[in-house]
Order: sequence, then structure tokens, then C-alpha cells
Amino acid sequence: MFQVRIHGRGGQGVVTAAELLAVAAFREGRHAQAFPSFGSERTGAPVVSYCRIDDREIRTREPISTPDAVVIQDVTLIHQVDLFSGLDESGYVLINTSRTFAELGLGELAERCRPDHLMTCPATELALEHVGRPVPNAALLGGFAALTGQVPIHAIGDALRDRFGPTVGERNLAAATAAFDHVRAQMEVVSGAAAD
Amino acid sequence: MLQQIEGSHAIAESVARCRPEVVCAYPISPQTHIIEAIGVMVKEGALAPCEFINVESEFAAMSVSIGASAAGARAYTATASQGLLFMIEAVYNAAGLGLPIVMTLANRAIGAPINIWNDHSDAMAVRDSGWIQLFAETNQEAADLHVQAFRLAEELSVPVMVCMDGFILTHAVEGVDLLDQEQVDGFLPPYEPRQVLDPEDPVSIGAMVGPEAFEEVRYLAHLRQLDALDRIPEIAAEFAAMSGRDSGGLVRPYRLEDAETVIVAMGSVLGTIKDAVDERRDAGERLGVLGITSFRPFPLEAVRQALAGRARVIVVEKAFSLGMGGVLATDVAMAIGTTTLHTVVAGLGGRPITRTALLDMLERARSGRLDPLSFLDLDEGVIARERARMATVRRSGPFAENVLRDLGRPREDPA
Repeated sequence: MFQVRIHGRGGQGVVTAAELLAVAAFREGRHAQAFPSFGSERTGAPVVSYCRIDDREIRTREPISTPDAVVIQDVTLIHQVDLFSGLDESGYVLINTSRTFAELGLGELAERCRPDHLMTCPATELALEHVGRPVPNAALLGGFAALTGQVPIHAIGDALRDRFGPTVGERNLAAATAAFDHVRAQMEVVSGAAAD
Repeated sequence: MLQQIEGSHAIAESVARCRPEVVCAYPISPQTHIIEAIGVMVKEGALAPCEFINVESEFAAMSVSIGASAAGARAYTATASQGLLFMIEAVYNAAGLGLPIVMTLANRAIGAPINIWNDHSDAMAVRDSGWIQLFAETNQEAADLHVQAFRLAEELSVPVMVCMDGFILTHAVEGVDLLDQEQVDGFLPPYEPRQVLDPEDPVSIGAMVGPEAFEEVRYLAHLRQLDALDRIPEIAAEFAAMSGRDSGGLVRPYRLEDAETVIVAMGSVLGTIKDAVDERRDAGERLGVLGITSFRPFPLEAVRQALAGRARVIVVEKAFSLGMGGVLATDVAMAIGTTTLHTVVAGLGGRPITRTALLDMLERARSGRLDPLSFLDLDEGVIARERARMATVRRSGPFAENVLRDLGRPREDPA
């Protein structure tokens, strides 16, 4: 089972992101379960959503406390919320930022985790460019697809078109594809550095 | 068709395919998405003919459902938590009148302190109301149970509440295989009421029933709950034959064969419990699980059989009775049984409890003829005659009125 925890703020599409990811995985013939953190969410308040992906029926209903991947939609949550709780050294992290882990004060995390599993992506900028709204969720899903290989980008595209219709769906897919390429390029740099 | 869908939307789709004619509800978390989705379907004409009635409160929502059902319409509503408490007087009326309304309860805690999250306190608050209460483990089962609920409710003329864990199920996006319209139409016949407000054939529903008949009317309602104990597994079997899916029924056993310890629970927590049990089974521990799907009527016999001879029974429940303890556990204890305890229901609705009746009861106890559950001074003749009427004609009419008329009729045999 692959478990994803998404952190963001109310209004950033955190719950929608987990749902879209579950739909994308389902379209690839996998079992998936997405659910929100069940709060009285308000715009701007910290929000958490969860997604599980597996090849067999998912029975558990507990919140994800030991994620395989953490997606952070809003950097202002760093040092405010225990974002990396339960994440081990092989875990994946994707952060919506154009800064580095060290610049964000996450040098310690960067040291204990695999460098090819820690990626950043300027998802809000990509969303503004392609969608026209500062909602980073779709772009981050593209980055997630590149980083983890859990779902292909075309399945993310299907989920986006299902949810938002052809026009807005395509725009979101453009943001997701740009993020996918961005993260893929970053990964090549890291693996190149490792090869050197 | 199997689709990845939010639990609430799956329920809305499933309910829509049951062709409700009147939907009246008031929004409350975590039920809101269900009602919103049905409202959209009615407005867009996807669910027709159906009237979606906006009201000012849950009390009105259940009252309108009662009126719609009494007028012969298939009626549906949904609520949770404080909303259920606000409609509770009408909830009892729906059951007491025998109106087959189906209601989704998106289980949520009751305040104070105010809390919007899931537990089963709301369902427990109305467990004695006379509604059938079915608990869903997954969104798939919740969707399937609604189709079975309409069938069960209308056959027996008893309202059915489908309980599903708020947020944990209602807000989870997961795979649900929804029946198509033809399948539902084949399984669920058009509503044929036992009683209906019809100007061509007028009846009154909702009579005042005094001490002379109240116990009998209540007992008739109890018998319908016992009828449900037979019909719930039969309907689940028919559903399985039609859909290929095993959902519903009275209880759901898991790895019970050689289990020394059995965990009993209701609702979505069963999935997490099964994972934990599998893990300890792998380590050699003999554990099993018994899910309770039908909480009311409570399947005493099925639970007794499933738990007989176990070394330990652990009830995990999302509610408790303050000052006492477990609610489900108390029912499970009754199922496991004791030879020394007898329940005698007496004095309902002002029925006098007489010394003669008590002496007769004590004599039966002394001679070993007192059942585990009995009703003091029950007029079995009037019960038998109403049951016979129900067996003969589908539109047997309002049962409280029937009992009153029966008691008022001159006896051919005055003995």
C-alpha cells in the first residue's frame, strides 16, 4: 500500500487533490481511498487530506500516520504544523516552492532522506500561468506523478477532465504537465549528481 | 458500474435509483452532500417524478416525510446528530404509525460539547424508537443497503434507518459499484402501502390509544421487528443473487471458524479491525470478528450462535451509556444469555399492573414457564386477529385503529 498525506490551507484544493489522485489511481485499475481530515475547514486554516493506493481492497479507515509521501501545498505551514510526522528516510516529499529545502529551514530533513525523493515545484506560479488561479493542487499532482511513479500523468489528466470538464481540465493538466516536467528535470539533476 | 466516487454521492445515486417520490431534508454535516446531490438531481429532472421539499428544520423534514408516506409516496430523508435529536418526536411517530420512510443517518457525535465528528451516539439515541437500524461497513455496503432498505421498509411497513459513519464513509472517495436502474427496478417493486390517506377510501391514521390497547399496538410493532429478523437475510440473499454482492444481512462473520477471541463492532471500523486481526492471526493468535449489520432488530440468536463457546468477546463501540457502560455490549450480553434473567414488559401506556397478573407471572416463573421476554397481560387474541388481517390483505390499514375497532366490536363469544 502507498499512503499519501497532503498538507495545505483551506481554499487550496487540498481535499480535491486527494480525491483526484484516488480517481487517477482507480482509472489505472488500482484500489484507492481518499478522505479529508474532517475538520470545520475554513479558508486559510491548515487542512490535511489523505490518499491510499493499493493493488488489493483497502479496509483500514484510520488517518495516515506513516505516509510514504507528503505533499506540501503551502510553505507557511513549515514549522507550524508537524508536516513530516511518521515519514521515514525512504519517504517522498514534494513542496510547493521555488526555494531549496535548506532555504526553507529543512536541512535536517534533507540530510536524513534520500535526495532523489525530496523535490520542489513552483506549483502556484504554474497554476497562475496555466489556469489563471493560484490553486496549486493540480500542478502538484503532476509533480507527484513524476516523483513517485504511482500514477501516470495521463491518468491525472483523465481525473482532471472528469472533475473540471474539458476546458478547465485541460488547463489544469497543462499545469500538471509543466510540474511533471519540472520535477522530472530536477530528478535528472539529482541522479546525475549521484552518478558523478 | 464501478466508479471512484464520494460516499455521499454514491448514496444519492443509489437512493435516486430507488425512485423516491418525496425527499424532504434539512442540511447538517456530515449528511449535507447527500441531500445536495439529490436536490441537484431533482432540479435537473434526472430524478423524476420527485418533489424535493425545502423546510426550516429537521422536525419539519421528518413531519413532511410522515405526511408524504401516509399519502402513499415513497419518502426519503437524511440527517445526523443534533438534527436527529431535533426530529426525534417525529422519528418515534413515523415508527409508531408504521410508515416505511427510509432515512440515512450520517453518524455523528451529539453535543455538548459540540463536535461534528463521527461516533454512534446519534443512532443509539433512537435505538428504541421502532426504526430498523442497519449499519454499513463500507460505502459499497451503504449504497446496497439503501436499495434493500426501501424493499424491507415497504414490505413490513416499518421505517428503516441506514447508518453510515459520518465523514469516514460519507466523505471518503473510493470504489463503489452502483446498480443500474433496471437492476433496482427489478429488485424494488413500486410502493404498495398497507395504509394510505385516500379520499376514495378514507381512514384516519394516528388514533389516541389508551391503556386498553397500547401494549398490544406496541407488541404488534415489536412483531414486525421480529419479522424483519427473517426478512433481512432473505432480502440480502435475493440482493446477492441479483447483484453478485454479499451485503446486508443480520451479522457479518470474519475468520470466526476457530476463533477463541471474537471482536464485535458496527460500521466502518470493522475494516480497520479486520486488518489488525489479520496481523495477529499471522502471529498465531486465534481471533475473529463479528460485524453487526442489523442493530435493530437485534439478532439475538445469530449473535448467540456466533459467540457460543468463545473464550473471550470484545465489543468495540463508538458510543456508551453514561453511568452504565457499553450499549452494544449490553445487547451482546443479552445474546450470550443467562438462565437467571427474565424480562417482563408491563404497564405500557397506562396498562394497570395488577396483583393477579403478577401472581400469575410468578407462578409461571416458579414452574419454569416464564420466557426470557414476556409481556404482562397481553391480549393475544387481538394480536392474532390483526396479524391475520395483515396476512390476508395488503392494504390492511392503520394497525392502531384496527386494534381499537377490534376491541370495540361486540364479541361473538363473550366468554
